[in-house]
Amino acid sequence: MKITRAEVEHVAKLARLELSEPELDTFTAQMDSILAYVEKLNALDTDGIVPTSHAVPMENAFRPDQPKDSIGVEAALANAPQHTDSFFQVPKVIE
Amino acid sequence: MEIFDLTLHELHEKLKAKELSSVEATKAMLARIEAVDGKVHAYITVTPEQALAEAEAADQRIAAGNIDLLTGIPVALKDIFVTKGIRTTCGSKILENFIPPYDGTAVAKLKERGAVIVGKLNQDEFAMGSSCESSYFGSCKNPWNLECIPGGSSGGSAAAIAAREATATLGTDTGGSIRQPASHCGIVGLKPTYGRVSRYGVIAYASSLDQVGPMTRDVKDAAIMLGAVAGHDPMDSTSVDTPVPDYLATLEAGVKGLKIGLPAQYYIEGLDPDVKRSMDEAIALYKSLGAEICEVSLPHTEYAVATYYLIATAEASSNLARYDGVRFGHRSENAKGLIDMFAKSRAEGFGDEVKRRIMLGTYALSSGYYDAYYLKAQKVRTLIMQDFLKAFESVDLLLTPVAPTPSFKIGEKLADPLQMYLSDIFTIPVNLAGTCGMSIPAGMSAAGLPIGLQLIGKPFGEETVLRAGYAFERETDWHNLRAAL
Repeated sequence: MKITRAEVEHVAKLARLELSEPELDTFTAQMDSILAYVEKLNALDTDGIVPTSHAVPMENAFRPDQPKDSIGVEAALANAPQHTDSFFQVPKVIE
Repeated sequence: MEIFDLTLHELHEKLKAKELSSVEATKAMLARIEAVDGKVHAYITVTPEQALAEAEAADQRIAAGNIDLLTGIPVALKDIFVTKGIRTTCGSKILENFIPPYDGTAVAKLKERGAVIVGKLNQDEFAMGSSCESSYFGSCKNPWNLECIPGGSSGGSAAAIAAREATATLGTDTGGSIRQPASHCGIVGLKPTYGRVSRYGVIAYASSLDQVGPMTRDVKDAAIMLGAVAGHDPMDSTSVDTPVPDYLATLEAGVKGLKIGLPAQYYIEGLDPDVKRSMDEAIALYKSLGAEICEVSLPHTEYAVATYYLIATAEASSNLARYDGVRFGHRSENAKGLIDMFAKSRAEGFGDEVKRRIMLGTYALSSGYYDAYYLKAQKVRTLIMQDFLKAFESVDLLLTPVAPTPSFKIGEKLADPLQMYLSDIFTIPVNLAGTCGMSIPAGMSAAGLPIGLQLIGKPFGEETVLRAGYAFERETDWHNLRAAL
Protein backbone atom coordinates (compact mmCIF):
# COMPACT_ATOMS: atom_id res chain seq x y z
CA MET A 1 0.00 0.00 0.00
CA LYS A 2 1.31 3.42 -1.01
CA ILE A 3 -1.31 5.27 1.00
CA THR A 4 -3.60 4.30 3.85
CA ARG A 5 -7.21 5.26 4.47
CA ALA A 6 -6.10 7.30 7.49
CA GLU A 7 -3.67 9.26 5.32
CA VAL A 8 -6.39 9.94 2.77
CA GLU A 9 -8.57 11.23 5.59
CA HIS A 10 -5.76 13.52 6.72
CA VAL A 11 -5.19 14.84 3.17
CA ALA A 12 -8.92 15.53 2.81
CA LYS A 13 -8.74 17.62 5.96
CA LEU A 14 -5.75 19.57 4.59
CA ALA A 15 -7.64 20.13 1.32
CA ARG A 16 -10.80 21.27 3.16
CA LEU A 17 -12.86 18.58 1.48
CA GLU A 18 -15.50 16.68 3.38
CA LEU A 19 -15.46 13.14 1.98
CA SER A 20 -18.11 10.51 2.63
CA GLU A 21 -17.18 7.02 3.85
CA PRO A 22 -17.62 5.45 0.39
CA GLU A 23 -15.58 8.30 -1.16
CA LEU A 24 -12.76 7.64 1.31
CA ASP A 25 -12.71 3.97 0.28
CA THR A 26 -12.75 4.74 -3.44
CA PHE A 27 -10.12 7.47 -3.23
CA THR A 28 -7.83 5.31 -1.11
CA ALA A 29 -7.88 2.57 -3.74
CA GLN A 30 -7.56 4.97 -6.69
CA MET A 31 -4.83 7.13 -5.15
CA ASP A 32 -2.98 3.98 -4.22
CA SER A 33 -2.91 2.78 -7.81
CA ILE A 34 -1.97 6.24 -9.16
CA LEU A 35 0.84 6.59 -6.59
CA ALA A 36 2.08 3.10 -7.50
CA TYR A 37 2.17 4.24 -11.13
CA VAL A 38 4.11 7.46 -10.42
CA GLU A 39 6.71 5.42 -8.51
CA LYS A 40 8.25 4.80 -11.91
CA LEU A 41 9.88 8.23 -11.69
CA ASN A 42 12.20 6.78 -9.05
CA ALA A 43 13.84 4.69 -11.77
CA LEU A 44 15.42 7.93 -13.00
CA ASP A 45 18.53 9.39 -11.43
CA THR A 46 17.77 13.10 -11.06
CA ASP A 47 20.70 14.09 -8.83
CA GLY A 48 21.99 17.46 -9.93
CA ILE A 49 19.03 18.11 -12.28
CA VAL A 50 17.57 21.59 -11.86
CA PRO A 51 13.79 21.44 -11.31
CA THR A 52 11.58 23.21 -13.89
CA SER A 53 8.73 25.33 -12.60
CA HIS A 54 8.09 27.10 -15.90
CA ALA A 55 8.93 25.94 -19.40
CA VAL A 56 9.68 29.43 -20.67
CA PRO A 57 12.49 31.43 -19.02
CA MET A 58 10.83 34.02 -16.80
CA GLU A 59 11.99 37.19 -15.19
CA ASN A 60 10.02 39.07 -12.64
CA ALA A 61 7.54 41.32 -14.42
CA PHE A 62 7.59 44.79 -12.90
CA ARG A 63 5.25 47.69 -13.53
CA PRO A 64 5.01 51.16 -12.03
CA ASP A 65 3.26 51.12 -8.66
CA GLN A 66 0.34 53.28 -9.71
CA PRO A 67 -3.28 52.82 -8.70
CA LYS A 68 -5.61 51.77 -11.51
CA ASP A 69 -9.36 51.49 -11.79
CA SER A 70 -10.85 48.60 -9.87
CA ILE A 71 -14.15 46.83 -10.45
CA GLY A 72 -15.78 48.50 -7.45
CA VAL A 73 -17.56 47.20 -4.38
CA GLU A 74 -20.91 46.45 -5.99
CA ALA A 75 -19.46 44.28 -8.78
CA ALA A 76 -17.07 42.59 -6.35
CA LEU A 77 -19.95 41.59 -4.08
CA ALA A 78 -22.37 40.65 -6.86
CA ASN A 79 -21.47 36.94 -6.79
CA ALA A 80 -21.12 36.62 -3.03
CA PRO A 81 -23.33 33.94 -1.45
CA GLN A 82 -23.92 36.33 1.47
CA HIS A 83 -22.89 39.94 2.00
CA THR A 84 -23.76 43.14 3.84
CA ASP A 85 -23.31 46.64 2.42
CA SER A 86 -19.60 46.33 1.73
CA PHE A 87 -18.48 43.05 3.31
CA PHE A 88 -18.49 39.35 2.48
CA GLN A 89 -20.36 37.55 5.26
CA VAL A 90 -19.25 34.20 6.66
CA PRO A 91 -20.48 32.03 9.54
CA LYS A 92 -19.48 33.26 12.96
CA VAL A 93 -15.81 32.41 13.67
CA ILE A 94 -15.44 33.28 17.36
CA GLU A 95 -17.86 31.86 19.91
CA MET B 1 -23.89 24.99 -49.11
CA GLU B 2 -25.50 25.99 -45.82
CA ILE B 3 -24.24 29.11 -44.05
CA PHE B 4 -23.21 27.10 -40.99
CA ASP B 5 -21.04 24.94 -43.27
CA LEU B 6 -18.75 27.82 -44.20
CA THR B 7 -15.26 28.04 -42.71
CA LEU B 8 -14.21 31.26 -41.02
CA HIS B 9 -12.24 32.49 -44.04
CA GLU B 10 -15.07 31.58 -46.43
CA LEU B 11 -17.67 33.36 -44.30
CA HIS B 12 -15.36 36.38 -44.04
CA GLU B 13 -15.21 36.63 -47.85
CA LYS B 14 -19.01 36.54 -48.06
CA LEU B 15 -19.38 39.19 -45.34
CA LYS B 16 -16.79 41.36 -47.05
CA ALA B 17 -18.52 41.02 -50.44
CA LYS B 18 -21.85 41.77 -48.66
CA GLU B 19 -23.34 38.54 -50.00
CA LEU B 20 -24.31 37.79 -46.42
CA SER B 21 -24.81 39.82 -43.26
CA SER B 22 -23.53 38.89 -39.83
CA VAL B 23 -27.13 38.85 -38.59
CA GLU B 24 -27.99 36.24 -41.24
CA ALA B 25 -24.92 34.17 -40.38
CA THR B 26 -25.62 34.41 -36.66
CA LYS B 27 -29.28 33.47 -37.08
CA ALA B 28 -28.25 30.48 -39.21
CA MET B 29 -25.83 29.36 -36.51
CA LEU B 30 -28.39 29.81 -33.71
CA ALA B 31 -30.90 27.77 -35.73
CA ARG B 32 -28.30 25.06 -36.24
CA ILE B 33 -27.62 24.95 -32.49
CA GLU B 34 -31.35 24.70 -31.86
CA ALA B 35 -31.61 21.85 -34.38
CA VAL B 36 -28.72 19.62 -33.30
CA ASP B 37 -27.50 20.55 -29.83
CA GLY B 38 -30.15 18.45 -28.14
CA LYS B 39 -28.20 15.47 -29.49
CA VAL B 40 -24.64 16.77 -29.18
CA HIS B 41 -24.83 18.90 -26.02
CA ALA B 42 -21.81 20.98 -27.03
CA TYR B 43 -23.22 24.07 -25.29
CA ILE B 44 -23.70 24.84 -21.62
CA THR B 45 -25.09 28.31 -22.33
CA VAL B 46 -26.35 29.81 -25.60
CA THR B 47 -26.57 33.62 -25.76
CA PRO B 48 -28.91 34.46 -28.67
CA GLU B 49 -29.85 38.00 -27.58
CA GLN B 50 -26.29 39.21 -27.00
CA ALA B 51 -25.17 37.44 -30.17
CA LEU B 52 -27.77 39.16 -32.34
CA ALA B 53 -26.92 42.56 -30.83
CA GLU B 54 -23.22 41.92 -31.53
CA ALA B 55 -24.08 40.79 -35.07
CA GLU B 56 -26.00 44.02 -35.72
CA ALA B 57 -23.04 46.03 -34.46
CA ALA B 58 -20.74 43.99 -36.71
CA ASP B 59 -22.94 44.68 -39.72
CA GLN B 60 -22.78 48.42 -39.02
CA ARG B 61 -19.02 48.16 -38.75
CA ILE B 62 -18.84 46.28 -42.06
CA ALA B 63 -21.13 48.86 -43.71
CA ALA B 64 -18.67 51.54 -42.53
CA GLY B 65 -15.87 49.68 -44.31
CA ASN B 66 -14.12 48.65 -41.09
CA ILE B 67 -14.00 44.87 -41.47
CA ASP B 68 -11.50 42.65 -39.67
CA LEU B 69 -11.04 38.95 -40.45
CA LEU B 70 -13.23 38.17 -37.42
CA THR B 71 -15.88 40.85 -37.77
CA GLY B 72 -19.32 39.30 -37.78
CA ILE B 73 -18.10 35.71 -37.36
CA PRO B 74 -20.14 33.52 -34.94
CA VAL B 75 -17.66 32.06 -32.45
CA ALA B 76 -18.10 30.18 -29.18
CA LEU B 77 -15.92 29.78 -26.11
CA LYS B 78 -15.11 26.94 -23.80
CA ASP B 79 -16.87 27.75 -20.52
CA ILE B 80 -13.48 28.24 -18.86
CA PHE B 81 -13.21 31.74 -20.40
CA VAL B 82 -14.50 34.43 -18.10
CA THR B 83 -17.13 36.52 -19.94
CA LYS B 84 -18.56 39.75 -18.58
CA GLY B 85 -22.24 39.36 -17.79
CA ILE B 86 -22.43 35.83 -19.20
CA ARG B 87 -22.56 32.90 -16.80
CA THR B 88 -19.22 31.07 -16.67
CA THR B 89 -19.33 27.64 -15.03
CA CYS B 90 -16.09 25.86 -15.98
CA GLY B 91 -18.32 22.77 -16.15
CA SER B 92 -18.75 22.79 -12.37
CA LYS B 93 -21.63 22.96 -9.94
CA ILE B 94 -19.51 25.20 -7.73
CA LEU B 95 -19.70 27.94 -10.41
CA GLU B 96 -23.23 27.12 -11.57
CA ASN B 97 -24.43 30.69 -11.00
CA PHE B 98 -21.20 32.64 -11.44
CA ILE B 99 -21.54 35.76 -13.59
CA PRO B 100 -18.09 37.32 -14.10
CA PRO B 101 -17.62 41.08 -13.77
CA TYR B 102 -15.00 41.22 -16.56
CA ASP B 103 -13.86 39.71 -19.87
CA GLY B 104 -10.63 37.76 -20.12
CA THR B 105 -8.01 39.06 -22.56
CA ALA B 106 -8.59 36.50 -25.34
CA VAL B 107 -12.33 37.20 -25.21
CA ALA B 108 -11.79 40.97 -25.21
CA LYS B 109 -9.51 40.64 -28.25
CA LEU B 110 -12.14 38.66 -30.17
CA LYS B 111 -14.79 41.23 -29.26
CA GLU B 112 -12.59 44.16 -30.31
CA ARG B 113 -12.31 42.57 -33.73
CA GLY B 114 -16.07 42.31 -33.95
CA ALA B 115 -16.51 38.56 -33.43
CA VAL B 116 -20.03 37.48 -32.38
CA ILE B 117 -20.11 35.25 -29.31
CA VAL B 118 -22.96 32.74 -29.60
CA GLY B 119 -22.37 30.85 -26.38
CA LYS B 120 -20.28 28.95 -23.87
CA LEU B 121 -19.17 25.40 -24.50
CA ASN B 122 -19.26 22.16 -22.55
CA GLN B 123 -16.08 20.80 -20.98
CA ASP B 124 -14.75 18.49 -18.33
CA GLU B 125 -15.15 20.08 -14.91
CA PHE B 126 -12.30 22.58 -14.39
CA ALA B 127 -10.71 21.13 -17.57
CA MET B 128 -9.90 17.93 -15.69
CA GLY B 129 -10.61 15.04 -17.99
CA SER B 130 -10.09 13.54 -21.42
CA SER B 131 -13.70 12.74 -22.30
CA CYS B 132 -16.03 15.60 -21.32
CA GLU B 133 -17.81 13.13 -19.03
CA SER B 134 -16.90 15.03 -15.86
CA SER B 135 -19.02 18.06 -16.84
CA TYR B 136 -21.63 18.82 -14.15
CA PHE B 137 -23.99 19.75 -17.00
CA GLY B 138 -23.87 16.30 -18.59
CA SER B 139 -21.61 14.65 -21.16
CA CYS B 140 -21.05 16.19 -24.55
CA LYS B 141 -21.31 13.64 -27.39
CA ASN B 142 -19.10 13.00 -30.39
CA PRO B 143 -20.98 14.18 -33.51
CA TRP B 144 -19.47 11.26 -35.49
CA ASN B 145 -20.98 8.73 -33.11
CA LEU B 146 -23.28 9.94 -30.35
CA GLU B 147 -22.37 6.96 -28.15
CA CYS B 148 -18.73 8.04 -28.12
CA ILE B 149 -16.87 10.73 -26.21
CA PRO B 150 -15.84 13.89 -28.06
CA GLY B 151 -12.56 13.94 -26.12
CA GLY B 152 -11.68 16.44 -23.47
CA SER B 153 -11.41 18.60 -21.77
CA SER B 154 -12.37 21.03 -24.59
CA GLY B 155 -14.92 18.48 -25.86
CA GLY B 156 -17.67 21.03 -26.44
CA SER B 157 -15.33 23.27 -28.43
CA ALA B 158 -14.40 20.36 -30.72
CA ALA B 159 -17.92 18.92 -31.02
CA ALA B 160 -19.37 22.36 -31.84
CA ILE B 161 -17.01 22.68 -34.82
CA ALA B 162 -17.63 19.11 -36.01
CA ALA B 163 -21.41 19.56 -35.68
CA ARG B 164 -21.24 22.99 -37.39
CA GLU B 165 -22.61 24.76 -34.30
CA ALA B 166 -19.97 27.53 -34.40
CA THR B 167 -17.64 28.85 -37.09
CA ALA B 168 -14.63 28.81 -34.76
CA THR B 169 -14.06 28.19 -31.07
CA LEU B 170 -11.45 28.68 -28.38
CA GLY B 171 -10.31 25.93 -26.05
CA THR B 172 -7.56 25.47 -23.49
CA ASP B 173 -4.91 22.78 -23.31
CA THR B 174 -3.10 21.67 -20.15
CA GLY B 175 -2.20 18.09 -21.13
CA GLY B 176 -3.90 17.68 -24.50
CA SER B 177 -7.29 19.30 -23.92
CA ILE B 178 -7.32 21.05 -27.32
CA ARG B 179 -5.49 18.49 -29.45
CA GLN B 180 -7.09 15.26 -28.22
CA PRO B 181 -10.75 16.37 -28.72
CA ALA B 182 -9.77 17.96 -32.05
CA SER B 183 -8.40 14.58 -33.10
CA HIS B 184 -11.48 12.69 -31.89
CA CYS B 185 -13.88 15.09 -33.65
CA GLY B 186 -11.96 15.49 -36.92
CA ILE B 187 -11.17 19.21 -36.61
CA VAL B 188 -8.06 21.40 -36.26
CA GLY B 189 -6.83 22.24 -32.75
CA LEU B 190 -3.70 24.24 -31.97
CA LYS B 191 -2.00 24.49 -28.59
CA PRO B 192 0.39 27.42 -28.84
CA THR B 193 3.70 27.73 -27.01
CA TYR B 194 3.31 28.50 -23.30
CA GLY B 195 3.24 32.30 -22.98
CA ARG B 196 2.02 32.94 -26.55
CA VAL B 197 -1.57 33.74 -25.51
CA SER B 198 -2.59 35.53 -22.31
CA ARG B 199 -4.21 33.39 -19.61
CA TYR B 200 -5.85 36.42 -17.97
CA GLY B 201 -9.51 35.60 -17.47
CA VAL B 202 -9.02 31.88 -18.08
CA ILE B 203 -10.05 29.88 -15.03
CA ALA B 204 -6.83 28.29 -13.78
CA TYR B 205 -6.21 24.54 -13.62
CA ALA B 206 -2.42 24.07 -13.74
CA SER B 207 -0.83 27.46 -14.28
CA SER B 208 2.56 26.33 -15.59
CA LEU B 209 0.88 24.19 -18.28
CA ASP B 210 -2.43 25.89 -19.23
CA GLN B 211 -2.54 27.55 -22.65
CA VAL B 212 -5.33 29.03 -24.81
CA GLY B 213 -5.72 28.00 -28.44
CA PRO B 214 -8.02 27.91 -31.46
CA MET B 215 -10.23 24.99 -32.53
CA THR B 216 -11.36 25.37 -36.10
CA ARG B 217 -12.52 23.74 -39.32
CA ASP B 218 -9.18 24.10 -41.11
CA VAL B 219 -5.60 25.25 -40.67
CA LYS B 220 -6.14 28.66 -42.25
CA ASP B 221 -8.88 29.38 -39.72
CA ALA B 222 -6.53 28.35 -36.92
CA ALA B 223 -3.90 30.78 -38.23
CA ILE B 224 -6.49 33.59 -38.24
CA MET B 225 -7.72 32.81 -34.71
CA LEU B 226 -4.20 32.49 -33.27
CA GLY B 227 -3.19 35.80 -34.84
CA ALA B 228 -6.23 37.39 -33.19
CA VAL B 229 -5.58 36.23 -29.63
CA ALA B 230 -1.77 35.94 -29.41
CA GLY B 231 0.51 38.52 -27.88
CA HIS B 232 1.89 39.95 -24.68
CA ASP B 233 -0.56 41.08 -22.01
CA PRO B 234 0.42 43.14 -18.98
CA MET B 235 -2.34 41.31 -17.06
CA ASP B 236 -0.52 37.96 -17.44
CA SER B 237 3.09 38.15 -16.31
CA THR B 238 3.78 34.76 -17.93
CA SER B 239 2.72 35.96 -21.37
CA VAL B 240 5.80 36.51 -23.49
CA ASP B 241 6.73 39.77 -25.16
CA THR B 242 7.70 38.30 -28.55
CA PRO B 243 6.24 39.88 -31.70
CA VAL B 244 3.25 38.02 -33.18
CA PRO B 245 4.09 37.00 -36.75
CA ASP B 246 1.61 37.25 -39.62
CA TYR B 247 0.66 33.57 -39.62
CA LEU B 248 -1.23 33.89 -42.92
CA ALA B 249 1.79 35.34 -44.74
CA THR B 250 3.84 32.12 -44.46
CA LEU B 251 0.97 29.63 -44.62
CA GLU B 252 1.51 28.61 -48.25
CA ALA B 253 5.29 28.25 -48.12
CA GLY B 254 5.12 24.43 -48.34
CA VAL B 255 7.30 21.80 -46.68
CA LYS B 256 10.06 21.32 -49.26
CA GLY B 257 13.33 20.89 -47.41
CA LEU B 258 11.64 20.86 -43.99
CA LYS B 259 13.05 18.24 -41.62
CA ILE B 260 10.36 16.24 -39.86
CA GLY B 261 11.28 13.90 -37.01
CA LEU B 262 9.40 10.78 -35.96
CA PRO B 263 9.99 10.15 -32.24
CA ALA B 264 10.65 6.40 -31.88
CA GLN B 265 8.84 6.33 -28.52
CA TYR B 266 5.57 7.47 -30.14
CA TYR B 267 5.43 4.68 -32.69
CA ILE B 268 5.06 1.85 -30.25
CA GLU B 269 3.69 -1.67 -30.34
CA GLY B 270 0.02 -1.61 -29.55
CA LEU B 271 -0.71 1.61 -31.40
CA ASP B 272 -4.20 1.26 -32.86
CA PRO B 273 -3.86 -0.15 -36.42
CA ASP B 274 -6.09 2.57 -37.93
CA VAL B 275 -4.00 5.25 -36.22
CA LYS B 276 -0.80 3.57 -37.41
CA ARG B 277 -2.05 3.43 -40.99
CA SER B 278 -3.05 7.12 -40.95
CA MET B 279 0.42 8.07 -39.67
CA ASP B 280 2.11 5.96 -42.38
CA GLU B 281 0.01 7.65 -45.07
CA ALA B 282 0.78 11.12 -43.67
CA ILE B 283 4.51 10.38 -43.55
CA ALA B 284 4.45 9.18 -47.16
CA LEU B 285 2.56 12.32 -48.20
CA TYR B 286 5.06 14.64 -46.50
CA LYS B 287 7.91 12.77 -48.21
CA SER B 288 6.24 13.22 -51.58
CA LEU B 289 5.89 16.95 -50.86
CA GLY B 290 9.64 17.24 -50.38
CA ALA B 291 10.00 17.05 -46.61
CA GLU B 292 12.91 15.12 -45.18
CA ILE B 293 11.80 12.44 -42.70
CA CYS B 294 14.04 10.97 -40.03
CA GLU B 295 13.75 9.13 -36.74
CA VAL B 296 14.48 11.00 -33.49
CA SER B 297 14.45 9.98 -29.84
CA LEU B 298 12.56 11.46 -26.90
CA PRO B 299 13.93 9.02 -24.32
CA HIS B 300 11.93 10.25 -21.30
CA THR B 301 8.50 9.96 -22.96
CA GLU B 302 7.37 7.07 -20.75
CA TYR B 303 7.75 9.26 -17.64
CA ALA B 304 5.58 12.11 -18.94
CA VAL B 305 2.18 10.94 -17.68
CA ALA B 306 3.47 10.33 -14.15
CA THR B 307 5.25 13.71 -14.16
CA TYR B 308 2.15 15.47 -15.42
CA TYR B 309 -0.21 13.98 -12.85
CA LEU B 310 2.01 15.18 -10.02
CA ILE B 311 2.69 18.69 -11.33
CA ALA B 312 -0.81 19.37 -12.70
CA THR B 313 -2.59 18.11 -9.58
CA ALA B 314 -0.24 20.00 -7.26
CA GLU B 315 -0.91 23.24 -9.11
CA ALA B 316 -4.63 22.45 -9.25
CA SER B 317 -4.86 21.85 -5.51
CA SER B 318 -3.43 25.32 -4.97
CA ASN B 319 -5.48 27.05 -7.70
CA LEU B 320 -8.75 25.50 -6.57
CA ALA B 321 -8.27 26.58 -2.96
CA ARG B 322 -10.08 29.79 -3.94
CA TYR B 323 -13.42 27.96 -4.17
CA ASP B 324 -14.34 28.33 -0.54
CA GLY B 325 -17.91 29.60 -0.70
CA VAL B 326 -16.95 33.08 0.55
CA ARG B 327 -16.64 35.52 -2.36
CA PHE B 328 -18.35 33.66 -5.20
CA GLY B 329 -19.55 30.19 -6.08
CA HIS B 330 -21.59 27.61 -4.22
CA ARG B 331 -21.93 27.82 -0.43
CA SER B 332 -23.28 24.92 1.58
CA GLU B 333 -26.40 25.64 3.59
CA ASN B 334 -25.72 22.79 6.01
CA ALA B 335 -22.50 24.01 7.59
CA LYS B 336 -21.69 24.57 11.23
CA GLY B 337 -18.99 27.22 11.47
CA LEU B 338 -16.43 28.56 9.01
CA ILE B 339 -14.13 25.56 8.45
CA ASP B 340 -17.11 23.25 8.08
CA MET B 341 -18.55 25.72 5.54
CA PHE B 342 -15.36 25.45 3.44
CA ALA B 343 -15.27 21.65 3.56
CA LYS B 344 -19.00 21.18 2.87
CA SER B 345 -19.18 23.82 0.10
CA ARG B 346 -16.28 22.15 -1.68
CA ALA B 347 -17.68 18.66 -1.10
CA GLU B 348 -21.05 19.67 -2.55
CA GLY B 349 -19.64 21.82 -5.36
CA PHE B 350 -16.88 19.65 -6.83
CA GLY B 351 -17.30 16.41 -8.78
CA ASP B 352 -15.32 13.19 -8.37
CA GLU B 353 -12.45 13.87 -10.78
CA VAL B 354 -11.82 17.34 -9.37
CA LYS B 355 -11.84 15.98 -5.81
CA ARG B 356 -9.46 13.20 -6.82
CA ARG B 357 -6.99 15.66 -8.36
CA ILE B 358 -7.17 18.08 -5.44
CA MET B 359 -6.47 15.14 -3.12
CA LEU B 360 -3.54 13.88 -5.18
CA GLY B 361 -2.05 17.36 -5.50
CA THR B 362 -2.49 18.13 -1.81
CA TYR B 363 -0.75 14.86 -0.99
CA ALA B 364 2.13 15.55 -3.42
CA LEU B 365 2.69 18.96 -1.82
CA SER B 366 2.19 17.88 1.79
CA SER B 367 4.91 17.86 4.40
CA GLY B 368 7.13 14.80 4.07
CA TYR B 369 6.09 14.04 0.47
CA TYR B 370 7.01 17.26 -1.35
CA ASP B 371 10.56 16.16 -2.29
CA ALA B 372 9.59 12.61 -3.21
CA TYR B 373 6.73 13.60 -5.48
CA TYR B 374 6.49 17.25 -6.51
CA LEU B 375 10.19 18.12 -6.62
CA LYS B 376 11.02 14.81 -8.28
CA ALA B 377 8.40 15.50 -10.97
CA GLN B 378 9.80 18.99 -11.60
CA LYS B 379 13.24 17.47 -12.14
CA VAL B 380 11.91 14.88 -14.56
CA ARG B 381 10.11 17.72 -16.33
CA THR B 382 13.55 19.22 -17.01
CA LEU B 383 14.67 15.95 -18.62
CA ILE B 384 11.54 15.81 -20.79
CA MET B 385 12.09 19.41 -21.89
CA GLN B 386 15.71 18.68 -22.75
CA ASP B 387 14.58 15.73 -24.91
CA PHE B 388 12.60 18.13 -27.09
CA LEU B 389 15.30 20.78 -27.28
CA LYS B 390 17.81 18.15 -28.32
CA ALA B 391 15.48 16.71 -30.99
CA PHE B 392 14.90 20.21 -32.36
CA GLU B 393 18.63 20.63 -32.92
CA SER B 394 18.29 18.28 -35.88
CA VAL B 395 14.65 18.65 -37.05
CA ASP B 396 12.15 21.47 -37.61
CA LEU B 397 9.04 19.57 -36.60
CA LEU B 398 7.88 16.31 -35.04
CA LEU B 399 5.05 14.25 -36.50
CA THR B 400 3.19 11.95 -34.10
CA PRO B 401 -0.26 10.52 -33.40
CA VAL B 402 -2.44 12.69 -31.15
CA ALA B 403 -3.97 9.81 -29.23
CA PRO B 404 -3.16 6.08 -29.20
CA THR B 405 -6.73 5.20 -30.26
CA PRO B 406 -9.73 6.93 -31.89
CA SER B 407 -12.58 8.05 -29.61
CA PHE B 408 -14.02 5.49 -27.19
CA LYS B 409 -17.50 4.77 -25.80
CA ILE B 410 -19.01 6.98 -23.13
CA GLY B 411 -18.49 5.30 -19.75
CA GLU B 412 -15.75 2.96 -20.98
CA LYS B 413 -12.88 4.41 -18.93
CA LEU B 414 -14.79 6.12 -16.13
CA ALA B 415 -14.08 3.52 -13.45
CA ASP B 416 -10.33 3.50 -14.03
CA PRO B 417 -8.81 6.99 -13.83
CA LEU B 418 -5.32 5.72 -14.67
CA GLN B 419 -6.47 4.27 -18.01
CA MET B 420 -8.12 7.61 -18.80
CA TYR B 421 -4.89 9.46 -17.92
CA LEU B 422 -2.86 7.22 -20.26
CA SER B 423 -4.96 8.30 -23.24
CA ASP B 424 -3.05 11.61 -23.13
CA ILE B 425 0.36 9.99 -23.46
CA PHE B 426 1.28 11.73 -26.77
CA THR B 427 0.01 15.20 -25.88
CA ILE B 428 1.19 15.66 -22.29
CA PRO B 429 4.95 15.88 -23.08
CA VAL B 430 4.31 18.96 -25.27
CA ASN B 431 2.78 20.84 -22.32
CA LEU B 432 5.59 19.80 -20.01
CA ALA B 433 8.12 21.08 -22.57
CA GLY B 434 6.04 24.25 -23.02
CA THR B 435 6.19 24.09 -26.78
CA CYS B 436 3.46 24.13 -29.47
CA GLY B 437 1.49 21.33 -31.12
CA MET B 438 -1.42 21.07 -33.52
CA SER B 439 -3.87 18.28 -34.31
CA ILE B 440 -5.15 18.09 -37.89
CA PRO B 441 -7.60 15.59 -39.42
CA ALA B 442 -5.60 12.76 -41.02
CA GLY B 443 -7.86 9.75 -41.39
CA MET B 444 -10.90 7.75 -40.38
CA SER B 445 -11.05 4.50 -38.45
CA ALA B 446 -12.84 1.43 -39.80
CA ALA B 447 -15.64 2.30 -37.36
CA GLY B 448 -16.01 5.77 -38.88
CA LEU B 449 -14.28 7.80 -36.18
CA PRO B 450 -11.79 10.59 -37.02
CA ILE B 451 -8.05 10.26 -36.46
CA GLY B 452 -5.77 13.25 -36.02
CA LEU B 453 -2.08 13.70 -36.52
CA GLN B 454 0.02 15.94 -34.32
CA LEU B 455 2.65 18.35 -35.57
CA ILE B 456 4.92 19.53 -32.75
CA GLY B 457 6.97 22.67 -33.30
CA LYS B 458 9.87 24.43 -31.63
CA PRO B 459 8.99 26.95 -28.92
CA PHE B 460 7.30 29.87 -30.75
CA GLY B 461 7.45 27.83 -33.96
CA GLU B 462 3.70 28.12 -34.67
CA GLU B 463 4.41 29.48 -38.17
CA THR B 464 6.15 26.25 -39.19
CA VAL B 465 3.47 24.08 -37.59
CA LEU B 466 0.69 25.96 -39.42
CA ARG B 467 2.59 25.95 -42.70
CA ALA B 468 3.17 22.18 -42.54
CA GLY B 469 -0.45 21.59 -41.50
CA TYR B 470 -1.68 23.67 -44.40
CA ALA B 471 0.51 21.75 -46.88
CA PHE B 472 -1.04 18.48 -45.65
CA GLU B 473 -4.57 19.83 -45.71
CA ARG B 474 -4.23 21.07 -49.30
CA GLU B 475 -3.48 17.53 -50.44
CA THR B 476 -6.13 15.72 -48.39
CA ASP B 477 -9.87 15.81 -47.87
CA TRP B 478 -10.21 14.69 -44.24
CA HIS B 479 -11.01 18.18 -42.96
CA ASN B 480 -13.88 18.51 -45.44
CA LEU B 481 -15.77 15.47 -44.13
CA ARG B 482 -18.89 16.26 -42.12
CA ALA B 483 -20.56 14.13 -39.49
CA ALA B 484 -24.11 13.09 -40.40
CA LEU B 485 -26.40 14.38 -37.69
